Amino acid sequence: MWNYAARRILMSIPIALGVSIICYTLVLLSPGDPIQSLLPPDATPEEIAYLKKAYGFDKPIPVQYIYWLVRALSGDLGISLQTNRPVFTEVMGALSNTIVISVGAVMLAFSLAFVLGTIAAYNAGRPTDKIATTIAVVGVSIPNYWLGIVLVIVFAVNLGALPASGMGTKGSTSFNIFDWEQARYAILPILTMSLVPLGIIMRTTRSAIAEILNQDFVQMLRAKGLGPLAVLRHAIRNALPQVMTVMGLQLGYLVGGSILVETIFAWPGTGFLMSKAILTRDVPMLQGAILLLAVTFVTINLLVDLLQTAVDPRIKRT
Amino acid sequence: MSVASLSDFTAAPAKDKLPPVRGYWASVGNRLRYDYLTLFFLSVIAIIVLLAIFAPFIAPFDPTKSSMAYRLKAPGFRNFILGTDELGRDMLSRLLWGGRTSLLMGIVPVCLATLIGGALGVTAGFIGGRTNTLIMRTMDVIFAFPSVLLAVAISGTLGGGAKNGMLALTLVFIPSICRVAESATTQVRALDFVEAARASGGSTVSIIRTHILGNVLGPVFIFASSLISVSILLGSGLSFLGLGVEPPTPDWGLMLSTLRAGIYTQPLLCALPGAAIFITSLSFNLVSDGLRQAMDVKS
Amino acid sequence: MKPMAETDFANPLPINTEDPGGRQQPMLLVQSLQKHFPIKSGILQRQTGAVRAVDDISFSVLKGETLGIVGESGCGKSTLARLLMHLIIADSGTLVFDGDPVSEMRGISLRDLRKNMQMVFQDSYFSLNPRLPVRNSIAYGPIVHGMGKIEAQRLANDLLNRVGLNSEIFGARYPHELSGAQKQRVNIARALALTPRVLILDEAVSALDKSVEAQVLNLLNELKRDFNLTYLFISHDLNVVQYISDRVLVMYLGQIVEIGPVEEIYNKPRHPYTRALLHSRLSMNPADRVNEPPIGGDPPNPINPPSGCRFRTRCVFAEGVCESMQPKLDNVAGDRHLAACHMTNPSSGHSKATS
Repeated sequence: MWNYAARRILMSIPIALGVSIICYTLVLLSPGDPIQSLLPPDATPEEIAYLKKAYGFDKPIPVQYIYWLVRALSGDLGISLQTNRPVFTEVMGALSNTIVISVGAVMLAFSLAFVLGTIAAYNAGRPTDKIATTIAVVGVSIPNYWLGIVLVIVFAVNLGALPASGMGTKGSTSFNIFDWEQARYAILPILTMSLVPLGIIMRTTRSAIAEILNQDFVQMLRAKGLGPLAVLRHAIRNALPQVMTVMGLQLGYLVGGSILVETIFAWPGTGFLMSKAILTRDVPMLQGAILLLAVTFVTINLLVDLLQTAVDPRIKRT
Repeated sequence: MSVASLSDFTAAPAKDKLPPVRGYWASVGNRLRYDYLTLFFLSVIAIIVLLAIFAPFIAPFDPTKSSMAYRLKAPGFRNFILGTDELGRDMLSRLLWGGRTSLLMGIVPVCLATLIGGALGVTAGFIGGRTNTLIMRTMDVIFAFPSVLLAVAISGTLGGGAKNGMLALTLVFIPSICRVAESATTQVRALDFVEAARASGGSTVSIIRTHILGNVLGPVFIFASSLISVSILLGSGLSFLGLGVEPPTPDWGLMLSTLRAGIYTQPLLCALPGAAIFITSLSFNLVSDGLRQAMDVKS
Repeated sequence: MKPMAETDFANPLPINTEDPGGRQQPMLLVQSLQKHFPIKSGILQRQTGAVRAVDDISFSVLKGETLGIVGESGCGKSTLARLLMHLIIADSGTLVFDGDPVSEMRGISLRDLRKNMQMVFQDSYFSLNPRLPVRNSIAYGPIVHGMGKIEAQRLANDLLNRVGLNSEIFGARYPHELSGAQKQRVNIARALALTPRVLILDEAVSALDKSVEAQVLNLLNELKRDFNLTYLFISHDLNVVQYISDRVLVMYLGQIVEIGPVEEIYNKPRHPYTRALLHSRLSMNPADRVNEPPIGGDPPNPINPPSGCRFRTRCVFAEGVCESMQPKLDNVAGDRHLAACHMTNPSSGHSKATS
């Protein structure tokens, strides 16, 4: 297993490199000269040439990429055109806010989905199952940016019970989820975000539990006279690793794909940051956010894979 | 037990006693005929597609003609059956026209990605070895981006517009389709009938055409059909962020975004384009599920 | 041979009557054939060993005979069949087909070899393309060899009729609509479509019910006579091999341990492994109970086969010489019966060695 873990970690390195190449290429392909944004509009050709040399823009592209990569590895992702602060600090600050709602959403989705999925599997084909599967399909079909708006209409506009947007901390980055005054702001984003993972985790749970219930060893347990609760314990223990894996992957998707939900709720995470960067054409910020999010996604996937290998005795990878 | 003689096989049984000979696709079609849920949502899709195609003839107003006097009117106001948007344009006409761009954003990228990803996957799966490693590791890199992030990254850096949006979505879907095609091909390639075809002296191209594609396209189509719903959601999402279709072109995602301005005065209006996206994506999802079930049965 | 006029088919089926090498030339001559599958492990996936699936095998197949190949599962029988068909590329060794070495440079090309030598696979869900009507599966080979589509379909129909399936009823059917025995008849028809001279039957009847197995075996015997065929019959079923074979080859861990005429192998086996195999057969007589396993343990790992004689770890007669020296495949009785055992070689130094 350690051998597998070591290889799996090594295998992530070329993937992370590939990710960095894509991020770099995207900026190359983007319209507009990067040097232009660093200069006053009335810069002389000499000044432009000087700056080009200073920033290494006169070198061939692969060399420029290496320079960029070395700087990125040391945490230097450039300066935001909008805020004039280092991109790395800005993105890392926002990342923690994104992780707060993503983890919240996955936990909410998991607890609901696991119960519903198990009930559905036990009632396969009956109305309960149909209702549960319908919720799952709706969960993955609903545009969550629309759901967010509907939730705002209901809870913020009509009922006035919850805040419509923002984080309520007024610039402070230390968000405390246990403080109700602050946590209120996270409720709608978390609800909105949780629907897709809810659907997917429920589907996985349902099929995993149903599959196990049909297996010979469970029939055997029943034949031996085990009560339904004891059988359920076996079923859950066998289904859990698979469901946890899906849950981990969903967490990765939420962290990486938070832009829509965060834009609706003006939640100051990475997605909101990107949304603003797109509007203001703040390319260094956009590039830095994409790179850090992709690397986070790769890392989460790696951790999920390793955890699964460690937890699930059936997977013996060599 | 009595032993059947050779004549049991040669003697022609009465023809009408045998079930009709049915090809694979014909039997899939037959199973779908009794799946009323799938048929219902299939007709919903058909209606949405027809409405979008014939929007120029059905729409009561010009979808881009604005009027400062009639901004954000409730449904039923004057001749505006579904009301007007924040610039006083007719909602119904905009929804009908918007279906065109939203459906295009949903279907075109999936078709393109199926062609490209399918070809790459079959090549990787059939040839194997270094070619497989090269193609699949490249796919892994693209796959290392969450789909929303990649779509936003591409259209965000390249600039908005429907064309870049479709390009972004195509790139997002290629790796997953490629993986499905690759694993199906790898599985089929090892089966006895492919070995037998090779033993008969068939060339690579001939074996792929006659023996591989027929067995790989099914799973690829099932998977691709499930992506249409994702593509509609993502495409509208891009427009919502201002990265897809550019105003004043009507598009469901874009309408949702601009109507947020009227969320406090006319909340219902804001819900309409979202509902259109939801119904379309739900229908595609359920039809894809029905198709999967109809195609899954082995015999 | 049955005259073709007696059959009720419209077109006489083509029979390959070519014999460029002459009667005396063996159909197949296999020399030092070897295939090791590499095993990779470790972080860098370096090759750390090899499965010796087929390890230095030499034998010949005579014209018109049926050579049975037996052995436990995993002994390399199927790998051998695929090596002969060139579906897997051998590490080393040569194959001579009717006097012509198989090579693109001189002798017979791979394409011509495959026209002359065909293979029938074990019946499984995937022995026939599930998306093609069986008639098209049969016609595929002739079409890729340049036959017109209509002509190929007609040939496929004739072949279906010949293997006992009414082409009007079965031709347009899909594999999942056929029983195992019917599919196996289609598989045989497919192999015959290129008018081969040699058929390799890899576990061709093993998956069938006993009740229909005999019919397929009889069909094979008939076809062999009518189409002038040579068979390589691979099976783990000793009774079937005894019934159909002229000569039998016994394999153990990628090597030949004994080869000889069927009566000699079954009545006077010389290698302890062959004897053990034959003892393991179930008897129809309930009085002949087998209470003890004839061989203990599992076959050793083919990755690191035992030194010397590969069977020594399970052989009751194993001695020092068996560990230090690999026995050669040598004549034991006449020049047609060969065995690889120190006990059959008087000069080997084994205490039980006899002449």
